[in-house]
Amino acid sequence: MALRDVLGLYSDIDSAVAGVDKLAEVGIHREDFEVLTNAPYPEGAFGHDHSTSRLGLWPVVGACCGFAVGLLITGGTQVVYPMVTDGKPLFSIPPMVIIMYEGTMLAAVIFTVLGAIFESRLPRFSREIYDTRITDGYIGVLVHSPEERVDSAAAAMRAAGAEDVRMAEKAPAKASQPARAKRKGASA
Amino acid sequence: MQERRNLPQMEVIQELLLPVTRTTMWMWVAFIILGTILAAFGFAIAWMVYWGIGVTGLNRPGMWGFMIVNFVFWIGISHAGVMISAILRLTQAEWRRPVTRAAEVMTMFSLMTALTYPLIHTGRPWRTLYWVFPYDFWRGIFPDVRSALVMDPSAVITYLTGTILFIYITTVPDIAMMRDRATGWRRPLYRVLALGWQNGERQWVIQTATGFLLAALMLSIFVSVHSIVSWDFSFSLDPVWHTSVWAPYFVIGAVHSGVSAAVTLMVLMRWMFGFDKYIREEHFDAIGRLLVVVATAWVFFFMLDVFFALFNQDPRETAVMKMRFEQWPYTLMLVLIFVFGYFIPVPIWMFRKFRRNIKLMFWTSIMVNIGMWSERYWLVIPGLERKYEWTFDWNYYRPGIVEITLIVGSFALVPFLFMCFSKIFPPVSIWEEKEGQYFLQEIKVGKASIPAIVREF
Repeated sequence: MALRDVLGLYSDIDSAVAGVDKLAEVGIHREDFEVLTNAPYPEGAFGHDHSTSRLGLWPVVGACCGFAVGLLITGGTQVVYPMVTDGKPLFSIPPMVIIMYEGTMLAAVIFTVLGAIFESRLPRFSREIYDTRITDGYIGVLVHSPEERVDSAAAAMRAAGAEDVRMAEKAPAKASQPARAKRKGASA
Repeated sequence: MQERRNLPQMEVIQELLLPVTRTTMWMWVAFIILGTILAAFGFAIAWMVYWGIGVTGLNRPGMWGFMIVNFVFWIGISHAGVMISAILRLTQAEWRRPVTRAAEVMTMFSLMTALTYPLIHTGRPWRTLYWVFPYDFWRGIFPDVRSALVMDPSAVITYLTGTILFIYITTVPDIAMMRDRATGWRRPLYRVLALGWQNGERQWVIQTATGFLLAALMLSIFVSVHSIVSWDFSFSLDPVWHTSVWAPYFVIGAVHSGVSAAVTLMVLMRWMFGFDKYIREEHFDAIGRLLVVVATAWVFFFMLDVFFALFNQDPRETAVMKMRFEQWPYTLMLVLIFVFGYFIPVPIWMFRKFRRNIKLMFWTSIMVNIGMWSERYWLVIPGLERKYEWTFDWNYYRPGIVEITLIVGSFALVPFLFMCFSKIFPPVSIWEEKEGQYFLQEIKVGKASIPAIVREF
């Protein structure tokens, strides 16, 4: 089923919330649209978003990888390149722990950032429909609607006080469903 | 916070983008002065690399001089940035919003500056690769991971990488905002860096959660880094260096100098960029209170370090301590450490009226860092001058003009880089400031109307 994006722009939060309610009335569910704002609003301000993320796993996986690499560098190289200095033990745990710790933390940070990018569905250079007024403070409601409901979605948003409603020229060619709609719990 | 005002969205954006969109006369003046100093700095480095480190005052056994002192100093400065940012984020302190970005950027540039010094101090910077990075497998040469000089780069590079990523990921929404406004060469730059950020709900949730996660990770790195820097010294058997108290002592000293540097930076941002509405007196008030505690803890560790040296009755330790307390220039350093680092600023910070006096906060923060730089000199240099027992092996370190130029250059490099950053990215987080505006409410208590913040947990 081909989907088409419709973007409604609201100048204030009350009309944006009214727009969200109107969309529900015409059968467009919470999973089928996202709200675009220029700063985070309190959770649930536009209804509860059911999407989940695995961001918390990324630093854990990263930390494990970093620890393993740290162990390999410190332990492995002492075995491969043995160098006795001042009669100190070849396999010296305390200094190994320091480098392993730094490796663990470094990889945890890198993986967290990669996770943040991936879980935010970035990078995404081929723009969906977007309006730069959103960064000025407008609130955008971006609906991923089946072709036959596009007009009713646009009408619902206008009825709730949208200052501008824009539609994508044509349905996205690659996917039959947007990523959001594929997620667990979506009922598009 | 009681003094926050509800400002229109466009006003917030325009005012906080001012350094990016307009170069004021003061910024030009600063660029020219700092650029001139940096030219001398570059020349001094080139001179030293060409002629070798014989042009400095370094000589056996005192091979660690001004450059290593400066390395420790700038690593210390870098600490408060991420510490302030991370602690305030984790505790959801409302007054963090205008402070965090600048503090993080200060961390990044201080670390870069700090890293310059061990590199150029080697005399042949390109050969540093032999000692740190494992690349020469075929000759069986490999860095000894048991050496503190390998641990140190691993810690500092972890911290620098983490800081850069932390800054980047928290700046992406602001970059996207600038992408929507930019023209010319900036537009493709912002477009690439924004990664297609769209301001979606999910993206904001991830952004907030990432801020918490990275803050927690960076805090633990922050503590480890200056501890490891202190082990560069205390892993050795040299008198007064070889002590277990240096790790916490270095960390608390770093916080003292770094938080003071953050105050300096905040005042400069108010003066140069006109951020009076965002960096308010209440911020200096809060940081001033924090500084009283930090400075007092630092003095405690200072005394502890002295007691550790005296209680073990080792003649070499006692001799170095005697030199530190009785001989020029260490006597002057000692006065600077205590008077500038504690006895003048702390009594001033005890009073709310003075904490809210911007000029006074500026000068006391400068004083602290003069004191803290002297402290690093006082800690690092004397131990090597008396490294050996016999007097013919003693050495008196006197810095040369090249080293003095290098030190002055570092104090120009960090602000210069910060100003360059401010010409491309907003030095105050605009999206966080706007988020704060969304949560702002006026509540009535009796006849009083009080600005309050709605907070999520």
